[in-house]
Amino acid sequence: MSGVNKRVLPGFGLSLGFTLVYLSLIVLIPLSAVFIKTSTMSWQEFWDVVTAPRVVASYKLTFGASFLAALINAVFGLLLAWGLTRYTFPGRKIVDALIDLPFALPTAVAGIALTAIYAKNGWVGSLLEPLGIKIAFGPPGVLVALTFIGLPFVVRTVQPVLEDLETEYEEAAASLGATRWQAFQHVVFPALFPALLTGFALAFARAVGEYGSVVFIAGNIPMVSEITPLIIITKLEQFDYKGATAIAAVMLVISFVLLLVINGLQAWTARRTGRAV
Amino acid sequence: MAGVAATFDARPDTASKFEANPATRDAPWVKYLIIGLGLSYFAIFLLLPLIAVFVEAFRKGVGTYLDALVEPDALAAIRLTLLAAAISVPLNLIFGISAAWAIAKFQFRGKNFLITLIDLPFSVSPVVAGLIYVLVFGMQGWFGPWLREHDIKVIFAVPGIVLATIFVTFPFIARELIPLMQAQGRDEEEASISLGASGFQTFWRVTLPNIKWALLYGVILCNARAMGEFGAVSVVSGHIRGETNTMPLHVEILYNEYQFAAAFAVASLLALLALVTLILKTYVEWRAHRPIAREEVS
Repeated sequence: MSGVNKRVLPGFGLSLGFTLVYLSLIVLIPLSAVFIKTSTMSWQEFWDVVTAPRVVASYKLTFGASFLAALINAVFGLLLAWGLTRYTFPGRKIVDALIDLPFALPTAVAGIALTAIYAKNGWVGSLLEPLGIKIAFGPPGVLVALTFIGLPFVVRTVQPVLEDLETEYEEAAASLGATRWQAFQHVVFPALFPALLTGFALAFARAVGEYGSVVFIAGNIPMVSEITPLIIITKLEQFDYKGATAIAAVMLVISFVLLLVINGLQAWTARRTGRAV
Repeated sequence: MAGVAATFDARPDTASKFEANPATRDAPWVKYLIIGLGLSYFAIFLLLPLIAVFVEAFRKGVGTYLDALVEPDALAAIRLTLLAAAISVPLNLIFGISAAWAIAKFQFRGKNFLITLIDLPFSVSPVVAGLIYVLVFGMQGWFGPWLREHDIKVIFAVPGIVLATIFVTFPFIARELIPLMQAQGRDEEEASISLGASGFQTFWRVTLPNIKWALLYGVILCNARAMGEFGAVSVVSGHIRGETNTMPLHVEILYNEYQFAAAFAVASLLALLALVTLILKTYVEWRAHRPIAREEVS
């Protein structure tokens, strides 16, 4: 009804103005400090900091463990989403509500709880100890923590798509003689795939920056189980602001790229399913 | 939108529909295998840590548990956590409403870019979120010398903790309101204005009732994160006991001092907060969609 030039509703200037000022003060200007500070370094200085062996080892661990954790969550998240939307079973509503626990539980609490469970005298750790499997205070601990915090993402992106999926497609597949597995493989899975990939990317992005739950269980051994965010903290504690900022700049650029990828994936999901995620 | 997958959304219960239809019903062994695998994963990775918090908290008895909670440093941490949430949640609430109003009710260039920028804090590592305020307000930061001259402390003090908390909870309320208000359009508000209501009356009587559940949902999630934030706050806090320690930081200090029962006692309060958050969240989801369901029935 009202075009760009004919605004009936009041408050455009005020609301947009406040939004932009608040966004700039809290987010944009402080974030720009990372790049401005980094730009005071010479290229060689920057490169030496961000490619130091200990830092490179931390990238490998952070990205490797994040990727694996997201992959585990993609598999089990799909199973959980399927179970929660397709089957009735006692306690389903409670399980469904508790899936979001990693969003609600402070990461430090998750960190010490997971450490207590997976340490060698813990509930799970003591079972694995005789088998020679050590989880806490090493890279597997990092994987466990990142799996925990990423758990809800795939479930929550796949679930709505599964719920909205009309039964007709599977009915058609069945009437054409497809087995359930064939119907899943050729009909249901392609419809789910964009959402599954979005959930995977969200879990991965979250895991890359995670700090609180990991530091307790990782053991934080340099070159072995030290994640990149911890290196930033260590450098800050040594008052090496330049070094911390350079690594933060690398992390920020990666976060921005992931954000763009995720926005693209969500647009794809929305086009595929006709539904905003 | 990146960062958090939980969004305020209608969630019809479809399981019985799928199970009643032979074309979408799976063989019993498939059903029990999937439920079994899914629930085992759920139990090991989610339920076990939650139970562990409470078991460890009471390991040395109820007396130790209560002592850990009423100890002065713990009380100071609880107060600071409440303060940080009491400042950051209302500010982000005002921001969320204002951003959603501008984005949903008006046309302007760069809108999608603005929405992406609002989501940005979700994709930034908490550690980097803390670092940026050190770069701006720290001793060697942009305003460091000026702040020191005027004897104002931001970093390693309460203002820094509040700023870091605002940053990490920045998008929560806006991202709930923007899609909802965009979907609702502006017809009702335009009708209200053309019938002579003021802008404030229109917002209070027309917009607010339409968005109240999404608003509440955003506030609940925002509050949970504000009280539980660890990484960002850890960078700017300086860990001064009784002064700049929030509850999650207090948990860390106790844990590193091998006072495990006390650490888990304070952690159990945060775990309770998480459970209350999930209960409220589920209630709001259920409540928000009940009126729609009723309309469909009648």
